[in-house]
Amino acid sequence: MAASKKTPLYETHLEYGGKIVEFGGWLLPVQYTGILEEHRAVREKAGLFDVSHMGEVLVKGPDAFAFVQKLVTNDVSRLANHKIQYTPMCYQDGGTVDDLLIYKQGEEEYLLVINAANIEKDWQWMQENKGGFHTELINLSDHTAQLALQGPLAQAILSQLTDVALENLEYYWFLPKVMVAGKETLVSRTGYTGEDGFEIYCRPEDAASLWNSIMTAGKSYGLLPAGLGCRDTLRFEACLPLYGHELSKEISPLEAGIGMFVKLDKGDFIGCAALAEQKKNGVKRKIVGFVITGRGIARPEYPVMAQGRCIGTVTTGTYSPSLDKNIGLALVEAEFAIIGQQFDIEIRGKKVAAQVIPKPFYRRKGK
Amino acid sequence: MKTPVELKYSRDHEWVKIEGTRARVGITDYAQSQLGDVVFVEVPTVDSKIAVGASFSVVESVKAVSDIYAPIGGVIVEVNETLTDAPEIMNEDPYGEGWLVVIEIADPADLNQLLSSDEYEKLIAEGGH
Repeated sequence: MAASKKTPLYETHLEYGGKIVEFGGWLLPVQYTGILEEHRAVREKAGLFDVSHMGEVLVKGPDAFAFVQKLVTNDVSRLANHKIQYTPMCYQDGGTVDDLLIYKQGEEEYLLVINAANIEKDWQWMQENKGGFHTELINLSDHTAQLALQGPLAQAILSQLTDVALENLEYYWFLPKVMVAGKETLVSRTGYTGEDGFEIYCRPEDAASLWNSIMTAGKSYGLLPAGLGCRDTLRFEACLPLYGHELSKEISPLEAGIGMFVKLDKGDFIGCAALAEQKKNGVKRKIVGFVITGRGIARPEYPVMAQGRCIGTVTTGTYSPSLDKNIGLALVEAEFAIIGQQFDIEIRGKKVAAQVIPKPFYRRKGK
Repeated sequence: MKTPVELKYSRDHEWVKIEGTRARVGITDYAQSQLGDVVFVEVPTVDSKIAVGASFSVVESVKAVSDIYAPIGGVIVEVNETLTDAPEIMNEDPYGEGWLVVIEIADPADLNQLLSSDEYEKLIAEGGH
């Protein structure tokens, strides 16, 4: 096992009181002051995350579009310059290799942002499928740092550090070469918390300086440094899938309930036939949201029981700070994936009552 | 990190306060800080018998599920029911309102295995194990 990697902000996290844990091969802060406090800061004000562990692969060349279009399930032809698209990337059998963001930087240049734990696997997969495409793949993961400023006050905070009119930057668009606090960055209006916010890509050597500038600019707004702990509770409340939980080699995007990012009419792509088959016949399993109506907290891997048998497993489950309820996501047999359906979650050998509720659990107000 | 001198401590991060033939038990300041925000406590039932080292309660923070092990054996005579509705008290006042159970001590010899505050402080300074 390789030693855990440090992001360029490792020392900064220690200075800010971050409690470091190992995550997907990286040493990252799970929390600073506390998960609940950081969660609420992001929902009500703003939080700053280090997401430098995420991977970045640049695809460039005459066949860049054709290659990416074959690689992912979403329709990349719909992307305008400087627009971003969320998409699953599948195996031939419809299982998921990863979920990623595609940044269209030009007609022959796409930046793919991939999950930290999947960097090696995705890189291999892209190389294997490059075939005759006239395109170059460049792994920029080690040369890119990334900060995520998330929350309703994110725009007000970041605006203090840049001359760019951020109010004109729409959701899922980005701006290259933006000067933020004197450093050249790429700024996108994206995030993984269910809130408004920005993701700021920069050179690793600029990350600590940017972090400090943003924290200083956000001080009077109630900005807090935020760790992996609340990143998970926030994305979970917004029902954004987490690879390895709601999506995996064994779980297709259709089963995960993100079929809107699978465009079967766009022409052939990897996994197209299998996913078309799943869509035609209906999926056998589905991700549902549930609330615990008994007492207890569901955790990943706990069995879901109904009619005296196991009908699925919990993929994510925790206490929801925004709802003040114990809720979860589970992959269950499709016939049980109906709002109002009751089943039990087996918590340490005891059956605890739960009920299927609509997703997402949390939706932000406004734009 | 507080470690009151009048208390005894287990290697599993429980504290014990002797009250005659009984012992009040909770989790230490160090334990609550390591757990983070406590959001659920599975309290045991009164009259249940527990053996030294056995898990008798579960404390859950947002991220983790942690067993609480009996620092001494005996019968549970009192349970802090407040924790059911306000588990955060464990974070806020671990040695006071955040106590977990009161145990009628079966064998006072169990107490000899516990650590003093000095010894416990040394244990956590070494990384908690």
